[in-house]
Amino acid sequence: MKFPKFVLEKRSQSPAWLRVALPFGAILLSFLFAAVIILFAKKNPLYAFYNIFYGALGTRLGLMETIVKATPLMLTGIAVTLAFTGKFWNIGAEGQLYAGALAATWIGIQNLSLPVPVYILLEILIGFAAGAIWGIIPGILKAKYKVDDVVTTLLMNTIMIYLVGAILEGPWRDPATSWPQSIMIARNAEFPKLLVRSRVHFGLILGIVVIFLVYILLKNTKLGFMIRTTGANKEAAYYLGINVTKTIILTAFISGGIAALAGVGEIAGLHYHLTENISPGYGYTGIIIAMLAGLSPIAVIFSSLFFGIIITGAEYMSRVTGITSFIANVVQGIILLVMLAMLLLQEYRIRRVE
Amino acid sequence: MEKVIVMEKITKTFPGVIANEDIDFYAYRGEIVSLLGENGAGKTTLMKILYGLYSKTSGNIYIKGKKVEIRSPKEAIDLGIGMVHQHFTLVNPFTVVENIVLGMEENGFILELDKAREKVISYMDRYSLHVDQDCRIDQLSVGEKQRVEILKVLFRNADILILDEATAVLTPQEIKDLFKTLKILKSENKTIIFISHKLNEVLEISDRIVVLRDGKVVGETTPFSSDKKSLAKMMVGKDVIDVISQKSKNIGEAILEVKNLSVLSERGHLALKGISFHVKSNEILGIAGVSGNGQKELEDVLAGIRKPISGEIYFNGKNITGKSPKSIIDLGIGRIPEDRMENGIVGDLTIYENLLIERFDCKPYCTSLFLNYKEIRKYAKELVKEFDVRTPSINILTSKLSGGNIQKVILARIFSRSPKFLLASQATRGLDVGATEYIHGKLIEARERGCGILLISEDLDEIINLSDRILVLYGGEIMGFAMRDELTREDIGLMMTGTRKEALSEIS
Repeated sequence: MKFPKFVLEKRSQSPAWLRVALPFGAILLSFLFAAVIILFAKKNPLYAFYNIFYGALGTRLGLMETIVKATPLMLTGIAVTLAFTGKFWNIGAEGQLYAGALAATWIGIQNLSLPVPVYILLEILIGFAAGAIWGIIPGILKAKYKVDDVVTTLLMNTIMIYLVGAILEGPWRDPATSWPQSIMIARNAEFPKLLVRSRVHFGLILGIVVIFLVYILLKNTKLGFMIRTTGANKEAAYYLGINVTKTIILTAFISGGIAALAGVGEIAGLHYHLTENISPGYGYTGIIIAMLAGLSPIAVIFSSLFFGIIITGAEYMSRVTGITSFIANVVQGIILLVMLAMLLLQEYRIRRVE
Repeated sequence: MEKVIVMEKITKTFPGVIANEDIDFYAYRGEIVSLLGENGAGKTTLMKILYGLYSKTSGNIYIKGKKVEIRSPKEAIDLGIGMVHQHFTLVNPFTVVENIVLGMEENGFILELDKAREKVISYMDRYSLHVDQDCRIDQLSVGEKQRVEILKVLFRNADILILDEATAVLTPQEIKDLFKTLKILKSENKTIIFISHKLNEVLEISDRIVVLRDGKVVGETTPFSSDKKSLAKMMVGKDVIDVISQKSKNIGEAILEVKNLSVLSERGHLALKGISFHVKSNEILGIAGVSGNGQKELEDVLAGIRKPISGEIYFNGKNITGKSPKSIIDLGIGRIPEDRMENGIVGDLTIYENLLIERFDCKPYCTSLFLNYKEIRKYAKELVKEFDVRTPSINILTSKLSGGNIQKVILARIFSRSPKFLLASQATRGLDVGATEYIHGKLIEARERGCGILLISEDLDEIINLSDRILVLYGGEIMGFAMRDELTREDIGLMMTGTRKEALSEIS
């Protein structure tokens, strides 16, 4: 028996529609995979999917919750987008998020007598600084000593999460509950709510503003040009006079700072106190969001809303159908894999050979 | 005579490109047939189809009268076809003998290297392809590696040999040796297909010449009924003139001085051994030498991407040793890198961004934070027009351009800053005749404006035609300097293989 043979052939030009179609193809494929898994659980996949979307979009409560979930994802997503554009492989948004949350809590529990806008600005600045410093360490290690950034950023997540745990178990343990959680931040340090009877907060505006700032940074500024050039070809960039070391360090600094803002928002906008699990992996989801958005800043808005839908909807679907909400993680994981595989198709085509 | 190869109406399309269109090609037993054409004319594609590396889109192939489908190099080898590629396919840490027998089907579980060694030696004698059979590949010169490649093919009983741009990396003497081997092979009734774009070589060695242009056969001729001029016209489609510079009239003061420069190669060998030379303004100093004799390291050090272990470089009297690329650019030094795709441009950026890259932080192209796209585009449009970059727009990715147009983008970026010194490495490698002519013209123009040029090239004709002075580099040392027209091609060739200029008279 003869099997048909297929080869990958490099495309001379990748069509523009393909770039747009890829994420949708990835989403579709991952739903198909998820359907197979749901079938194994002897449940109806269509019913499950219907409930995901109904739960996330069909009610006001669901819709609001979708936006709340999308808020930190926009910030981690854009942080990763910026880093990946400069080929700084920041897998550390999760740790940087916690760094931001830790810093925002610290300033928030000082009970400073400041007007709300000033207090918020202070939280944002200090939170940004904390994440930026956490991000710049692997940045310096990569730029100056060629230490692999994937490894350092990833491992620094664990360090930060244990650091937060140690602080919460020890000095910051809430005396009132004796749970490993901090006391509440000051009332005048809280982000305002944007809509009544909802948890949607100022962090959403912060997220969208930051996304537009990154868009402008990459497109119109000298630093953005340095980042894109370094990302496109580090060796050529250096040869042609770009300060690659400085660019990588600055990329790491800004990316870390932005990821930290997600943590600031979760503390000041949603939880008002620090716990060990304010993030169910928003930092890692940020990577998938950035990939799904094809590293386009504006697309990050839609890509994070989509993940808001999946996360919120999966919880609802789980309550209705009895399928575990971990199916949301499965969808996320598959999207990343499929997206990575499909990016190959942007450069290559599959051709059957005789 | 028997036609051992007949290729009938061969068409090969790549996405968006027709590489071969309805090509009819044949070769007789015991014939040396040249495939002549510019880069991108489709010579290599046609031969890769014959060797089973590409599958043809349509057409038929007959080998020794039998219709065949060649799906892989293995099937081609079984049919007696062997190919020597432009880039060698040898295993560096293995010896010559090991490389030759590597992968042969006759090998049993236990390699009988002693037996193979004897056979290799007999082949070397028979075909005049001498290499130390026990040497490791990485200790061999480029010419010797090529001999190993040919031996490998002959060892597999090939009677049809394809040589793809085989002379591109050889010195004049090595080319003579290669031709001697080819004649022996011919006398044994083997068929040789010689791919080249060098006219004099094709005229010297061929029985028959087939000319390709834009994927089609445009003519067939013999060395007896053609000359360089007629061949060039067939190949390019119009009359061509070699750019030969007039000797520079007003050579000035030394603009670049190199003193006792020693540089390590990537692998830690001493690649340049304390060399000293200078380049004057209004002068082209050509560096002749076979690739791998220190040229790359010299280029890297002058470009600022490699630090020397000792010695100094002075530009305009200022010590610039070990300075970063950025400060070298800002001093007014232009660099055309050997690897234009890796260093010359950033392929994933647009044409206007690549034109900008060396001065993106200069006014009026930016303010303290932002880029001024209006000025940038205006500047880019002017340059694209002035340097005749063929592109539908300045907004397309630079990697989409042809090699010649990419080189024009690089030239535009460099010359728009009127450099005082230009480092040009392999500036025309892989370019078609038209683009080469254009670039040679621009280099001479720059020299006339007062620019000092260090021209590194493995194309000896280019060096001889353009340089006011020639420096011959061998094994990281200077074999000597030659003024224009002072030495013959052959003498320079001898120096390229390690004869010092002072010793030339003893040899002749």
